Formats: sequence, C-alpha cells, structure tokens
Amino acid sequence: MSDAIISVENLGKKYAIRHQAQRGGYKTLRETLVRKTASLFSRQDRQAAQARTREDFWALKDVSFDLERGKVLGIIGRNGAGKSTLLKILSRITEPSEGRVTLRGRVASLLEVGTGFHQELTGRENILLNGSILGMSRLEIRRKFDEIIAFAGVEKFLDTPVKRYSSGMYVRLAFAVAAHLEPEILIVDEVLAVGDVQFQAKCMGKMQEVASREGRTVLFVSHNLPAILRLCQSCCWIARGHVEQFGPTQDVVSSYLQSSHANLSDWTRAGHSPPSIPHITQIRVRNGAASRASTITATDPITMEVEVLNSESSTQYQLAIRISTSDGIPVLTTTSSDQHCKLTVFPLGASTFTITIPANFLSSGSYDIICAILIPGGPLIDVVADKVGFHVHQGLNHATFFQDQRLGIVTPKLEWRHEVSAQISWSDR
Amino acid sequence: MSELIIEAGRTEKNYWRDLWRYRELFYFLAWRDILVRYKQTVMGVAWAVIRPFLIMVIFTILFSRVAKLHAPASMPYALLVMAGMLPWQFISASLSASSESVIQSSNLVSKIYFPRMIVPASSVITSFVDFLITLALMAGMMAWYRFAPDWHLLALPLFVALAFAASIGLGLWLCALTVEYRDFRYVIPFVVQFGLYISPVGFSSDVVPAKWRLLFSLNPVVGVIDGFRWSLLRGQAHFWWPDLTNSLIMTAVLFSSGIWYFRKMERGFADVI
Repeated sequence: MSDAIISVENLGKKYAIRHQAQRGGYKTLRETLVRKTASLFSRQDRQAAQARTREDFWALKDVSFDLERGKVLGIIGRNGAGKSTLLKILSRITEPSEGRVTLRGRVASLLEVGTGFHQELTGRENILLNGSILGMSRLEIRRKFDEIIAFAGVEKFLDTPVKRYSSGMYVRLAFAVAAHLEPEILIVDEVLAVGDVQFQAKCMGKMQEVASREGRTVLFVSHNLPAILRLCQSCCWIARGHVEQFGPTQDVVSSYLQSSHANLSDWTRAGHSPPSIPHITQIRVRNGAASRASTITATDPITMEVEVLNSESSTQYQLAIRISTSDGIPVLTTTSSDQHCKLTVFPLGASTFTITIPANFLSSGSYDIICAILIPGGPLIDVVADKVGFHVHQGLNHATFFQDQRLGIVTPKLEWRHEVSAQISWSDR
Repeated sequence: MSELIIEAGRTEKNYWRDLWRYRELFYFLAWRDILVRYKQTVMGVAWAVIRPFLIMVIFTILFSRVAKLHAPASMPYALLVMAGMLPWQFISASLSASSESVIQSSNLVSKIYFPRMIVPASSVITSFVDFLITLALMAGMMAWYRFAPDWHLLALPLFVALAFAASIGLGLWLCALTVEYRDFRYVIPFVVQFGLYISPVGFSSDVVPAKWRLLFSLNPVVGVIDGFRWSLLRGQAHFWWPDLTNSLIMTAVLFSSGIWYFRKMERGFADVI
C-alpha cells in the first residue's frame, strides 16, 4: 500500500426509485403498515410488489482510485454523473451500498457555502456557529477569528444579522470560515461557482495556498475547467457513475472536452408526424472528399447539406446557418439570400441546400451549427440547434508550416502583396 | 495515523469518539436556538420567565377554581401544580422540539458530517435551560408562600436526571421516526396534549384508583412528577415506590432503545430527508 491517503475500492451507491403513485416520496405509516400486512400473507405478493414499485438506480458503481498525500485531485463530469454522491460518501454523510473507502486523515468538506448559517444571527455569531459545525473547536475559532474577518472583509458589518448582508458578503464570510479549516483532507464541491471575479480569484489563491504551501490533500469538484487545469495534478472523470478516466489533468480534461461536444456530423429529424410548415429534415457535414467526417482537416473545404421539406404551397423564406465555437462565440452567419439578395422560393416537396466553407479558413477547434428557416425580421419557422457540430483539425497548412501558435477564430489564407514604395539611394543616407 | 474505513453496514466504533470530539456542538446548537428565539424581540430574555409564570397562573386557576381539584394536604395548590408543571414542561417541550429537530436541520444533515445525535440532544438541552429558569421561578414562588423545602430536596438532582434521560430516550425515538414517517409530525402535538391529561400535572397521583395504578405508572413522566413533588414539597405529596421502580425501568428501556433505533436509522438520514 502506497502513501495513499484516500483509497477507494469498488465503491457503489444505490438508490431505490419508486414507480407508483407515490406522493412526494415520503413514506407514510399507513402505507408501510398496509404493505407489510399484505406481504405477511403472501410471499409472492411481497416480491411482486417490490419488483413493481422499486427500481434500483446506481448513482455510483465500481469506483476505485487512490489518492496520495499532498496531491490535488480534480473531479469532473457532467451534471448527474455521480460526483456529489462520491463526495457525500467520502464525507461520511451517506453510506455506500457496496465497496469501501479507507481514509488516513481528518476530512473536512465544503459541499455548500454557508451551511449552518442562521439568518437571524450576526456575522460574529455565525462565524462561531459555522466554525463549530465544520469541526473547529471554540479555541481554534477564537484564535483564527481575526484572520477570518480579514479574509472576508466584513469588519464593519460584523454585528448585523446575516440576513442583511448582500449575497457577496454572505458568500465571502462563509468561505472565509471554511478556508481556515485545517484538515488533512479537504473536499470542495463546486462552491467556487458563486461570487464575483475578485472573490473567485481570492478563493483560487487560497486553494492554491492550501494545496501547495500547506501540503494538504484536496479533492476538488468543478465545472470550471481552467481552474481544474491550474490547481490539480491529476483528474478523475466520472460519467454515469463510473470512472471514465483517471490520470494527468491535461489528458483527462481534453478527453472530457472532446466527448461533451456534440460532434455529430449528421442529423435527421426523428419523426412520425412532420409539421405542415416547411421544416428541416436532415443536416449533413462533409469534408472535401464528400465523405462523412466529424473531424475535418483545415486544408479541406467543409460542405454542409441541409434538406428541407415543404408541404405548403411554395413560399419564400430564408435558410440561415450560424457556426459558433464550442464556447458559444458566433463565427459567421450565412443565409440562402446572400447570393442574390432575395428570398428563396421553397418549392413544394423536398429540396437540398448545399453550402461550402472554403478550405484554409476556420481555425482548429470544435464548432456547433445552428440551422434555421425564417422570414427576415419576422418569426423563426424552424430551428435545429445543438445537434450538429464538427471538429477542425489543423493538418499541415499555411498556419502550421512554421509551427506558430495562431490566435483567432478564423485562420484564412489571405493574399499579401509586397512592393517597393521608395528606394533609398546611397547618397540620401 | 488513524485509519478510518467506510463500508456499507459497518457500525461505527468511532461514533462515540466522534461524539466526544464534537462535544462543543451540543453547546453551540443549543446556544443558537436560544439566541434566535429572542432576536428582534423587545422583551428579550424576559419571555423566558414570563411564559412559565403565565402558564402556572392559568393552570392554577383552571385546575383549582374551575375544575375544583384540590391539594390533598396542607400545601398551597399553586405549589403542587407548579411542582408538576416543572418537569412536564421540560419533557413535553423536549419532545416537540427534538422530534422536529433533524427535519429542520435538513440542510446540515445533507451537507455536513457530524454525529447526528447531537441535534435532538441539543433541543433537549435548550428545553433544559428553560427548565432551569422555571426552577428559579419556583424557588421564588416557594419563598412567597414561605414554604421551605427540607432534606427531601437532595433527591431532586436524581429526578432531574431521570427527566433528562426520559426526554432523550423519547426524543430520539420520535426524531428518528419523524424523519422516516412524516405522519409523526402531526401525531406528536396530539400525543403531548393527551399526555398532559394522563400525567399527574393538574392532579395528584393519589386520585388514581388502585386498579389503574400499574398502567398509570408505565408512563415514565409519572415517576418523574411524583418524585419532583416529593422532593420539593417536603415529602408531603404521597409517594408510591412501585411507581418509581416502573419509571426507572421504563426510562432505562426508552433511553437505550432510543439510542439503538436512532443509530440504526441515522445512516439513511441523508438519503431520506
């Protein structure tokens, strides 16, 4: 056994989901009594009833990893993947259904900022209360009192009830108390998502201090990937209750980013009864060789084909396509009316639009496509968003020839001209 | 380095060590409840004295003038009532407060680790503080009636401990049950009301006919109240020793089974709450 301060072996957590007309999920005495009496008389009844009403939901299954002392582990994953459940088990708030966890140090967790704060009490009183709830002794709190107040910056309002604080002050005070815990293992769950930029920077700084200078072990759950990249040496990606990947932060984060992007190159409308108004039925993204590809080299042109079905009498509309980066920044919007500056007639039946983005134009990265049928200045008739995307891979072109880091959403290959404008003769110098 | 293993179904040997480590939380939670009660009030802590005083006055009028129940011996009826009210207030307030306590602290229970037993225990402590204030009031009353207690008073701490144990035992049971079955939230006020009539608060235990005596004494509060009367009022209130034995047994059973049940259900609190 290495110097692992946390060892997780085959951890699993199961919840029972009920499927009958269950009001609110709380048990009532009457139901339990009736059910238990009925099941006394028939074993079959009991089993059938159990099978019918309960479904097992495994929030975590077969999670195993080791964390060494002094390391910072980032935990990433989509919402609902099981990250908070894992933290709750590590914090001993809930029990695992199977597997085991071995902790070799004192744990303090920050799963929510301001837990235990009571609105009616003053800032001073809440520091004492919250500190005690988080596990500090009275002596410890008193010793660190001034530091906590200095970190939070609420000296002036220390004796007013916390319900009068602004949300920023509240969060600063709450984090200040928690930041002065001195556990061997610190578990932090997405609490840094609140607060203004200054506060976030302060929190980030404190976390870095805790990890590097004080040498504590930290488990950090966040959706803020730059923060994870900055603070954590290793990272654990949890998806649907399983450990998808565990390793150096860079690797795990890029796998995660790649997967969470809707990199579908094709989309077809699922449909039984299509609406009668003109609508989009298919979108296809192709590379230069017209084969399906969700990853396209920058040296290839990108072709998008949009199929439209119109069952009304032929009318005039505009088909628009917007391409945005994976961060949501729009790169360009192009429409069917651009070429001739007039609306397109959508004939009765199916028709296909083909749009080509020239080669050597977009930078490498992930892109999302939104496609819409509309009347300019009027309503959107049909929209397809968040369904189709593609990835541009640089390859060898003008931007990568000299291996420079080219910034910019677009990397066009532009025409340059260089002419002599004035000669300098030896006599002028 | 101490090693802690978390596993399904593993009983925590560390629990009792944790309870000791988190001992200051008992104080802080009780302190919070008391502070919050009197925030933004004009009368402030005076309420802690006025409330029991008014209750005592009302009950004395109710039971002696209206219901015409009288004290058996030569002691002022008000003192008899007060000596019964004192432990009753303590126990009933603890029950009501502790049964709600975990549900009301649901945000704590689902976000932070600490031994959950501290929550109902601190509600009992809060009620105990009220009890102490009322006890001081009682002392004042006894001075007013020039009724000084004698050596029987030495037994008082014993009965206080008995009341404490009964409160915690019942409190833990109700608390754990309420988290699982929300019905109990509505049952408890009714039970408390009912308890007032089957406990010798407004009347003396003497009036209970002999054939009901055994059943009557199964109520742990009976032993406590009789004990209080006996120790405060110079042993003049009649004391039935079998009552006390039954009370002791019942309280011991409630206390230990309360702890057992609470510990059993505690693991699932964060999932159910």
